[in-house]
Amino acid sequence: MNVVTIKRIFRAGLLDFWRNGFVSLASTLVMTVTLFVVGVTLFAGVILNATLNDLRDKADVNVYFVLDTPTEQIFELQASVEALPEVQAVQYVSAEEALAAFRERNQAKQLTLQALDELGENPLGAMLKIKAKDISQYDTIANFLKQQQALSAGEPSIIDTVNYFDATHRQALERLQNITDSGQRLGFIVIAILILTTLAISFNTLRLAIYTSRDEIQVMRLVGAGQFYIRAPFMVEGVLYGLIAGVITLLLFYPLTYWMGRETVYFFGGINVFSYYLSHFLLFFLVIVGTGVVLGALASFMAVRRYLKI
Amino acid sequence: MIYYDRVSKMYADSSVALEDVSFSVEPGEFISIVGHSGAGKTTLVKMLLAEERPSAGSVFFESINVHQVPLHKMNDLRRKIGTVFQDFRLLPQKTAYENIAFAMEAAGRSEEEIHSDVPHVLDLVDLSDKMNNFPDELSGGEQQRVAIARAIVNQPDVIVADEPTGNLDPVNTFEVVQILKKINDLGTTVILTTHNKGVIDSLKKRVITMDRGKVIRDDREGKYIL
Repeated sequence: MNVVTIKRIFRAGLLDFWRNGFVSLASTLVMTVTLFVVGVTLFAGVILNATLNDLRDKADVNVYFVLDTPTEQIFELQASVEALPEVQAVQYVSAEEALAAFRERNQAKQLTLQALDELGENPLGAMLKIKAKDISQYDTIANFLKQQQALSAGEPSIIDTVNYFDATHRQALERLQNITDSGQRLGFIVIAILILTTLAISFNTLRLAIYTSRDEIQVMRLVGAGQFYIRAPFMVEGVLYGLIAGVITLLLFYPLTYWMGRETVYFFGGINVFSYYLSHFLLFFLVIVGTGVVLGALASFMAVRRYLKI
Repeated sequence: MIYYDRVSKMYADSSVALEDVSFSVEPGEFISIVGHSGAGKTTLVKMLLAEERPSAGSVFFESINVHQVPLHKMNDLRRKIGTVFQDFRLLPQKTAYENIAFAMEAAGRSEEEIHSDVPHVLDLVDLSDKMNNFPDELSGGEQQRVAIARAIVNQPDVIVADEPTGNLDPVNTFEVVQILKKINDLGTTVILTTHNKGVIDSLKKRVITMDRGKVIRDDREGKYIL
């Protein structure tokens, strides 16, 4: 294939795109809808992940210490817990901090606060808040703590309670894990169905567009045009639909994410869709325009094939 | 040059389009195939272009069995045969000029050749002033002349014209036949199918008469007899 042939193929593709104005417009619009859905699902995936991570982040295991446990012993335990590969972070909360947090939580309950004042001393011990890398790993961490308790068999243990051994806390953790896991699975299924459906619609629109040219394709064959020479301009047209639809979609996302960005930042687990869009523009460009171009070329390639068989 | 060897065509519903047809065409001949609608004229032409496959028998073009040519090589064969159809079959999105240029581009001809040859053939069919018109801006006769220009521009060995005057008035019919005669005088073999008695009687060339899929007459200087 020489330069002249390539030039002819591109010229024919561009001319057909222009002269089949209505078909080109309809195909581009349908493809825009497809690419828009692809883009939205990309966002949905990011937001879903952020929300699920946010939820997962709420899970922790608290270790409450016996009153007046020396801080050195607590720090010692903190260090050994931190050394576990499953542990992401361990936060030390002193008895005073625990009391302050308790007071804040029970601001509205005057009676409770009064009772606390009556006591005169801090009834709360220090504690460690342990976060695992994954919800499923709390079991291992809890077992480690249990061992620590057992080791101190001779002398009184410094650990008062570990809330993981509390049935309701454990249940809540398990439920959280189930919710986040099935959320992810459901999200993936919905995204896959959405993308497949719109791809199929786009694919079919292009096939219909080429169906209108089936007689032309046969005439081209009968006047002696080679299969590739007939097929290539259609592929150029398909790529053009994809390119234009991709650019339109990217342009549409700019005001849309700008508007949504501030409104939804708290709702979507702390992600500002606008800044995410801008910082990941290259990714969006590649996925959206790439999908459009590949879809256009592939659909045209396959649709023309059936009319070339003479 | 062209040889139909005991060609038959049966369709799935067991209707017979061609039955045991054999004849040959010599280079430079002008042959007319006549017969009523449904006699098998178009099927015969489609066989030569490998648009249809025979149920039995073979069609040879310059000793090549056309139905054994693979799809990707078919274009080489078809470039040697210029085709004119009853319904013109021009590319609707291309101008008269582009329709003719397309056949040349498909044959891999250079831009210079296209720029010099297309106006020349358009002049030959007397359509120089309509080269930038789209098919739907041309009359039936003009469209058919563009189709003839497209068929001859690559200087094929054979021109196959399948009922080229079927959709034309007497004046345009006369013009189209004159052009075909001129092409034949220049040495190109012409195969014409028609059921126009006037055309056949004025030509005084070889006539093959078909009826219900069979060749019933083959006359050197024939007339329309049915």
